[in-house]
Amino acid sequence: MSITQNFFNQLGRKTSFFRLIRNYLLTLFCGFLSFIALVPLFSLVYLLIKKGLLLLHLSVFTGLPPPPGIHEGGFGNAILGTLIMVGIAVLMAAPLGILGALFINEYAPSSPLSGTVRFVAKLLTGIPSIICGAFAFALVVLTTGKFSALAGGVALSVLMLPTILLTSEQALKGVPSSYRDASYGLGATAFQTIWRIVLPEALPSIMMGLMLAIARAAGETAPVLFTALFSYNWTSSLMEPTASLSVLIYNFSALPYHYQVQMAWTASLVLVVMVTGTNILAQFFFRRKSF
Amino acid sequence: MIIVTLILIIYEIMSTAWPAIRHFGFHFLISSTWQPNRDIYGVLPMIIGTVTSSLIALLLALPLGLSIAIFLSESFLPATMRHAIRFIVEMLAATPSVVYGLWGIFVLVPLVQDYGDIISKHFGFIPFLRGPAYGNSLLTASLVLALMVLPTITAISRAALVAVPATLREGSYALGATRWETILRVLLPCAAPGIVAATILAFGRAIGETMAVAMLIGNSQRLTFSLFSPSNTLSALLANQFAEADGLQISALMYAAFLLIIMTLGTNIVGELVLRYTHRRCATA
Repeated sequence: MSITQNFFNQLGRKTSFFRLIRNYLLTLFCGFLSFIALVPLFSLVYLLIKKGLLLLHLSVFTGLPPPPGIHEGGFGNAILGTLIMVGIAVLMAAPLGILGALFINEYAPSSPLSGTVRFVAKLLTGIPSIICGAFAFALVVLTTGKFSALAGGVALSVLMLPTILLTSEQALKGVPSSYRDASYGLGATAFQTIWRIVLPEALPSIMMGLMLAIARAAGETAPVLFTALFSYNWTSSLMEPTASLSVLIYNFSALPYHYQVQMAWTASLVLVVMVTGTNILAQFFFRRKSF
Repeated sequence: MIIVTLILIIYEIMSTAWPAIRHFGFHFLISSTWQPNRDIYGVLPMIIGTVTSSLIALLLALPLGLSIAIFLSESFLPATMRHAIRFIVEMLAATPSVVYGLWGIFVLVPLVQDYGDIISKHFGFIPFLRGPAYGNSLLTASLVLALMVLPTITAISRAALVAVPATLREGSYALGATRWETILRVLLPCAAPGIVAATILAFGRAIGETMAVAMLIGNSQRLTFSLFSPSNTLSALLANQFAEADGLQISALMYAAFLLIIMTLGTNIVGELVLRYTHRRCATA
């Protein structure tokens, strides 16, 4: 009787005041830290919108960057330059990355070579983007003797390659193996299976990876800074210095002229909208089409 | 193909750096003179700047990132708010680093300038806080780096916390533990390897981060130990000097790039290994 009584008393024991207080304080402390972490972000978004909207006219997309002292113009050539260089990079990196993913996931999934490729690709994603610039500088700029859009594109493609490879591999892994078995069961060759069954099925996810890589590359400055350099004119050839949005922001932010700095903010807003837009589009694309 | 890419990168950079490697050898690492006009190069200040700025950034970002990760993985907030915060943190990760740099120039530089002067006036006897305070300084760069590695730390720590088996959490609550006793005694220890890996990978990212740092650190080639003086990092050095370099300077910069590769590769390999070890440990838990 008394043992049972004792047991129930124990069950009803209140959590001590000290423990409750500590619980409460820790929640408060942790919430405070999280809040602090979010403050700079809100400041960033606020300034970006407030300062970026000041100069945002249509002429910004068609004009050329103003030299110091002139208070009109835009960065149409920089937007175009960014698109051109990202385009070159995609043309080079996407086929390589997707074929590589096909190889390590479809043809030789468990060979030691594939494991090494996977590991190296992971390491490459961690390499600083400026190294891609140094590489393209050594490979293209020093060889051809001049800064060019092509060099910028090469630098960006090196940056994109591992991302595309890894996301494509994940996409291919998402295709149920029963599809492959069924295809082989119907007498299809390996090539037919991959080309007609696996690739179409994995395409939305591969596209998503591709677009995420594009978004990242479009925002990068370091790889194009000393490969494509900058230009105040429209691009007329792939073999000459080319402007890009990110380098424009970098250059103009250091200038002592108010108008140019304003323009850097507007360019930032355009760049962030482009990058975030691509990101969101990619996720939308992916969610809608798969499963 | 991808292996060839890595080998090609290292080969190209090594071969371009070769004259400098032969000329300066190991002395490159411990010399603190960088004078292009006399063709004398040494990167000790940049190595120190790289490591200290990244360490300070981690020190600042770790508590913040970890608290966000805890908030996101536990049920403190309603699900919609958690989704909103996650979205914001992901946006933070996708924002180009020049934009951070621009923001830093307008917000952090004046802030560090003003408060730095006050702090160094009162606490200047501490060597790390010695004045005069500059807006473009080691501290400014570290602050922006902290903000930039925050998403990395948050994402990986959150994944590690979520991966803790639900049975452990429920068991802890059933034994009468409060929420924070559960977090501190059960969840964090179990997720610790993942959090360590997050920190290491974030460190690798901070070492390699270029643009925002180049815009904020002041690019001084002198060796300093104060938080408030201009400093430099390996990557900022590359960003600032490559476009105008020629001759032996290109070679010396490539040598610096090579050092940067070694540092990031080393950090990332360690991080990956820790991450792998975590998976094994979680499977048995």
